[in-house]
Amino acid sequence: MLPELGQVALVLALLVALLQAVLPLVGAHRGVAPWMAVARPAAYAQLALVAIAYGLLTHAFITQDFSVGYVAQHSNTLLPMVYRITAVWGSHEGSLLLWTLVIALWTAAVARFSRSLPATVIARVLGVMGVVAAGFLAFLIFTSNPFARLLPAAIEGRDLNPLLQDPGMIIHPPMLYFGYVGFAVSFAFAIAALLDGRIDARWLRWTRPWTNIAWAFLTLGIALGSWWAYYELGWGGWWFWDPVENASFMPWLAGAALIHSQAVTEKRGSFRSWTLLLAIATFSLSLLGAFLVRSGVLTSVHSFAADPSRGLFILVFLGLVIGGSLLLYALRAPSTLDDGKPFSPASRETLLLANNLLLVTACAMVLIGTLYPLLADALGLGKISVGPPYFALMFILLMAPLVLLVPFGALTRWQREQASRPLAMLAPWLVVALIAGAAAFFLAPQGPWKVAAGIFGAVWVAGGTLRFVWSRLRANGRFTPEMAGMILAHLGIAVFLVGALLTEGLNRQREVAVAPGNQVTLGDYRFRFDGVEKVQGPNFLADRGTVTVFDGEQRIAVMHPEKRAYAAGGQVMTEAALIPGVTRDLYVALGEPLGDGAWALRVHVKPFVRWIWAGALLMMLGGFVTATDRRFRKPLTPATESTR
Amino acid sequence: MNPTRRRRLIWILALVAAAGIAATLVAMALQRNVAYLYTPNEVLTGEAGPQVGDGTARFRLGGMVAKDSFERPSGSMEARFRVTDGDAELPVSYTGILPDLFRENQAVVATGRMQGDVFVAEELLAKHDETYMPKEVADKMGQAHRKHDVDAPASDAAKEGASY
Repeated sequence: MLPELGQVALVLALLVALLQAVLPLVGAHRGVAPWMAVARPAAYAQLALVAIAYGLLTHAFITQDFSVGYVAQHSNTLLPMVYRITAVWGSHEGSLLLWTLVIALWTAAVARFSRSLPATVIARVLGVMGVVAAGFLAFLIFTSNPFARLLPAAIEGRDLNPLLQDPGMIIHPPMLYFGYVGFAVSFAFAIAALLDGRIDARWLRWTRPWTNIAWAFLTLGIALGSWWAYYELGWGGWWFWDPVENASFMPWLAGAALIHSQAVTEKRGSFRSWTLLLAIATFSLSLLGAFLVRSGVLTSVHSFAADPSRGLFILVFLGLVIGGSLLLYALRAPSTLDDGKPFSPASRETLLLANNLLLVTACAMVLIGTLYPLLADALGLGKISVGPPYFALMFILLMAPLVLLVPFGALTRWQREQASRPLAMLAPWLVVALIAGAAAFFLAPQGPWKVAAGIFGAVWVAGGTLRFVWSRLRANGRFTPEMAGMILAHLGIAVFLVGALLTEGLNRQREVAVAPGNQVTLGDYRFRFDGVEKVQGPNFLADRGTVTVFDGEQRIAVMHPEKRAYAAGGQVMTEAALIPGVTRDLYVALGEPLGDGAWALRVHVKPFVRWIWAGALLMMLGGFVTATDRRFRKPLTPATESTR
Repeated sequence: MNPTRRRRLIWILALVAAAGIAATLVAMALQRNVAYLYTPNEVLTGEAGPQVGDGTARFRLGGMVAKDSFERPSGSMEARFRVTDGDAELPVSYTGILPDLFRENQAVVATGRMQGDVFVAEELLAKHDETYMPKEVADKMGQAHRKHDVDAPASDAAKEGASY
């Protein structure tokens, strides 16, 4: 009975979303106030209905209702309670339901925090959000119903994929979805502005925190995914340029560009049409990401179920949304005059333009590499895959100039600047960074170029950013949250550079066959293999290895890598053992038994690998802090227009 | 031509040139890092091209791990097995830890190159769902069997993979 209620709630939510899409948009067009007023209550009603459906599916998982097909597929009586709750988004149908819940949450948040906007604007923004919600609800109901019954009911469920039975996986998808879907707000705003025919800097100011929050969530989601892949997949890598990783990385790059271009448009009025186009592109890339993951058209380590009808549905939806918004853009954007103030080649505007060009080009490069196999297949050129070296090479080529430009951004004035002024301020830091880089080059035991580049980039970006902090302190010592967020995010880049390049340059790794008592030496560390024993877990049986680690002669830790066989699905999974540290991680993964008590063992020493995620967390923090700036929440009276 | 237009023209030409250089670089980088997927039959019949056969080209070998073909000398890291597409089998050698889902009679995609008659893999990919077969492998194997009009032992798996 309850699952049917969930289904009814979903159908009602679809109807409400359609109402929320049609009435306010038509009302705003014709100027009918009561129709526009439908938007807000509809947004709340949609949230209530989707939340009910979501709660009912969770209930089915908790009570182990195996008469629901989705539950029977992805749960099991042995599954611990916390994973029963998170199993809701463990596969396609449920994660799509979570996606619609996140849309409903964002929509309700927009409805709640938009009191200061003109009625027509808010009607249009919520209307566009309604269109997006309706699309996904229809997708959910018509192609991937999570409440479909299984008759007769299963006695026992299959298991939740063991890879997903992990704390990192509990929060990774929701954070990612908050990011993806959050870009729908700036998208909806862009469409509303195009429908309205003018882009008011004050409305733009209102969307900036939303973009920052969405981007911050996406940053967190991607970082969690990378961290999870690092410790859970047992390969010790942190980024694979896998199509699905790329799918989340493209909106991240476009979103980072959008954050910067929105700042220019809001403060200087320049780049108006570009900001609109970028808002459309960012959300379109989020949808494209959803399509790539859901349709299974690409070979990836993330294989969600590939059902052609689902792929087709979302492709059509993608075509309608992207095609429709680009058509609207083509019709309307030329008439929304770019009355931004002129700026000289040496100005902050130029630097932010360069930032946008580089980020967007990097995004296009990832897009090409990700879609090229699809294109080649369609053209009959054969089945190909694009290797990580392509992405790594292109990405480094494009990001190197960006890293060089970062410190200049904050120190350069809007509109017109003496190029010598920021150069003089940063010259000492350039010298310091070059010396640090050179020192790193000669001190590094291996990978000197990567290590030197990492140290140089980090010192340069951090030093340049701190130079800005210092000049603010001398001027008046006041930091707006917007500035603080920028400083945090840019310091995050520096920390990330240390992590990424030093890990890649200094990583030591060996795969060896070991018998009990054998030792593996990596740099200063010795790993002694002490054998393997059988251990019974709650829903798995594990081979648990014991590895004793020595630093020189001193014993520093005992590690227990595991090889688990899950009872229900019979899947085997590697559970690597880790000793985290600020300057290095020790990483041991158990391979296969090789006979006579010998085992294959994978051992890594990964210097500074934590800095990768620490950098990402700083960037995320930067996004959230920026969003708290009170300036964005001031009432939209003409008087505030002249504050900056 | 007035100065504004001239400046605009220079900008446009510079942009076109930059885009051209970028496109060339992308194309070159892509060309160098692309790995084609072939089945054992395509490799053995020479359909995949001479560069695959003589070991100069790095490519991906897709198919099923043949039944009873897996062997690994006790205490050694080198695993040997054969990959089959139903028509032909190719011996594969891989030194290192096998993926968790690597098993006989299951789909595998190996990246590497030929050394003599043996495919030496640098990387093995087995999917993390045992009923799943990579779509591209399923397509390839399906094609091969239609072409030869044979009822392949793997066709069930191929179908399952394609429609799952």
